[in-house]
Amino acid sequence: MPLSDLASFQVQRLQVLDQDGKLDQSLEPDLTRAQKLALYRAMLLAREGDQKAIKLQRQGRIGTFGPSTGQEAASTAPAFAMTERDWFVGAFRELGGWLARGMPLENFLWFHNGWEEGSVFPSLGRTLPVNIIVGSQTLHAVGLAYAMKLRGEQDSAVVAFFGDGATSQGDFHEALNFASVWQAPVVFICQNNQWAISLPVGKQTHSRTLAQKAIAYDMPGIQVDGNDALAMFRATQEALARAKAGGGPTLIEAVTYRLMMHTTSDDPTKYRTEAEVQEWWQRDPLKRFRLYLGAQGLLDEAGHAALEAEVKAEVEAAVARFEARRDFKPDAPFDHVFGTPHPELEGQRKTFLRELAQAGGPEARHG
Amino acid sequence: MAKLNMVQAINLALHQEMERDGTVVVLGEDVGLDEGVFRVTAGLLTRFGEARVIDTPLAEAAIVGTSIGMALGGLRPVAEMQFDGFSYLSIPQLEGHASRLRARSQGQRTVPMVLRFPYGGGVRALEHHSEAREVLYAHVPGLKVVIPSGPRNARALLVSAIRDPDPVVFMEPKALYRAFKEEVPEQAEALPLGQAQVVKEGRDLTLVTWGAMLHRSLQAAEEVDRRRGTRTEVVDLLSLAPLDGETVVNSVSRTGRAVVVQESPQSYGPAAEIIARLNDRALDRLEAPVARVSGFDVVTPYFGREKAYIPDAARVARALEHTLDYR
Repeated sequence: MPLSDLASFQVQRLQVLDQDGKLDQSLEPDLTRAQKLALYRAMLLAREGDQKAIKLQRQGRIGTFGPSTGQEAASTAPAFAMTERDWFVGAFRELGGWLARGMPLENFLWFHNGWEEGSVFPSLGRTLPVNIIVGSQTLHAVGLAYAMKLRGEQDSAVVAFFGDGATSQGDFHEALNFASVWQAPVVFICQNNQWAISLPVGKQTHSRTLAQKAIAYDMPGIQVDGNDALAMFRATQEALARAKAGGGPTLIEAVTYRLMMHTTSDDPTKYRTEAEVQEWWQRDPLKRFRLYLGAQGLLDEAGHAALEAEVKAEVEAAVARFEARRDFKPDAPFDHVFGTPHPELEGQRKTFLRELAQAGGPEARHG
Repeated sequence: MAKLNMVQAINLALHQEMERDGTVVVLGEDVGLDEGVFRVTAGLLTRFGEARVIDTPLAEAAIVGTSIGMALGGLRPVAEMQFDGFSYLSIPQLEGHASRLRARSQGQRTVPMVLRFPYGGGVRALEHHSEAREVLYAHVPGLKVVIPSGPRNARALLVSAIRDPDPVVFMEPKALYRAFKEEVPEQAEALPLGQAQVVKEGRDLTLVTWGAMLHRSLQAAEEVDRRRGTRTEVVDLLSLAPLDGETVVNSVSRTGRAVVVQESPQSYGPAAEIIARLNDRALDRLEAPVARVSGFDVVTPYFGREKAYIPDAARVARALEHTLDYR
């Protein structure tokens, strides 16, 4: 008997703005003038904040962190497509998204200076803290989505971020499988920044795209130009609408590039060429969005200079607030083991505080 | 009051908590239609439907990982691992996230979930089906570890575990599942987590144990007491984390002698921690070295050798005699 075709699949790619800022009008998402400017401002804040943080790290004023320069569109634009009823489940390279969700920049700096308090801010709402273990958060996103569905919160879905490296983890595949079986309202956004520290995506997987990993789980998967804020907004908006309408999960592969080091402890010259990095600078998400705003008549040179000055001042103000805070309670970790106190743990707290006092107090012991 | 075995008692707790609180969901492999391989989840699917009694795909890490998300999203998941040996696949999620989200978020997020699974020897099954490794969980800050020893306390502890604001690993001694029945009140009762119970009062020696080891330990204590006219005090820990050191220290401070019985391998086991607490807080009251009766540091043998390896009443009795004889 001859073989028959059971199914065939295709993988689509979405780009709205090309790297020179040229717009495909038929795909342009419906954004107001104010929203477009706000989106650009948010990406600029992420860029300036990221660059400032690298300087602070080099000066020893914060610890190591994973810079996100070059990847601003991939997390900021999705945050603009979300509402506060949606859950934002990040990894550790979503500064733009977190700032857009209302996290003050000083919180990012506290976090990266070794203070858990950085994860708490007034508009926390449905934003989860930084998740370091690669890919593990995708499962939390699916559980959250299941909870939203069971609780009948039809206006809520979940957006989970992770990188290309995560697609090799079992958790990622388990998450896609569970999400698909449960038809859970979740959007998986893979920031394919081409490098998992020193491993290029071509050695991470033999698949031609990461988007096609959705096919095995029978969910929509799309490759998006991740440096194109309009495309990222559009793809996320469509996936969220489908999820909330009961259409289940979506996998978005955001093709982007890590222009900086993996973390500030990493030296990328060991594994990639400067020419490659320069090529990706040409595809800078901010550059093309600025060209787009200029072409739309929304932001001229003078306007841009003023905006840049304003954002830089905002970053400096955040750094000032970051450095002013000193009230990190040394025994806070004992407050957050369990919701109910236990005498054995309280005994250990007393020991800790006694030892600390003998060592010269908390200031003497800042890590 | 009805006489129930441990399976029925745990089942009662699940029914009543799901009835009481619409956010409680049960998930795991074969927990719905098949009612769990030990039938612990019998009747739940029929009563509460497949949205709250979820037959999951086969992936232990995902069962726990999605439970964490559910808990963050306002549900109270009660996840089942089919066997102790399979629960290890979920440890990355338990250790990496369930135990840490409260600290990571400075108390802004909590993970009120229960991970329950049958543990320990006694069912003549394949490799990975008869393991006692409590410390894999008890060593992790932020996890509570509860081990019942009978139908009534299993029900009352599970009720507390489900209502607890933090992740609880609920290890069910499978050898006790159908070993005996007890009166279990229809009305929900709860036992506090992190508190041990003195189940037999005495003055000459304190025997500390938990789970399936309690019954053979009690048997040994009664035999020895009968033979020697002694009175052995028996403490049932019920929770391994947080550990109720106070009850153990108070008891040993009175009796001056102690034996700890554990099914798990010897090194770094719970007995070592209990002995360390006694060293810290009751050393000057001790009249004999604290003895431990435990498994051995070998890979859990297949069931052909199980009886030889798991501590039995005779081994416990010898340790009691030895400790009582010490001068």
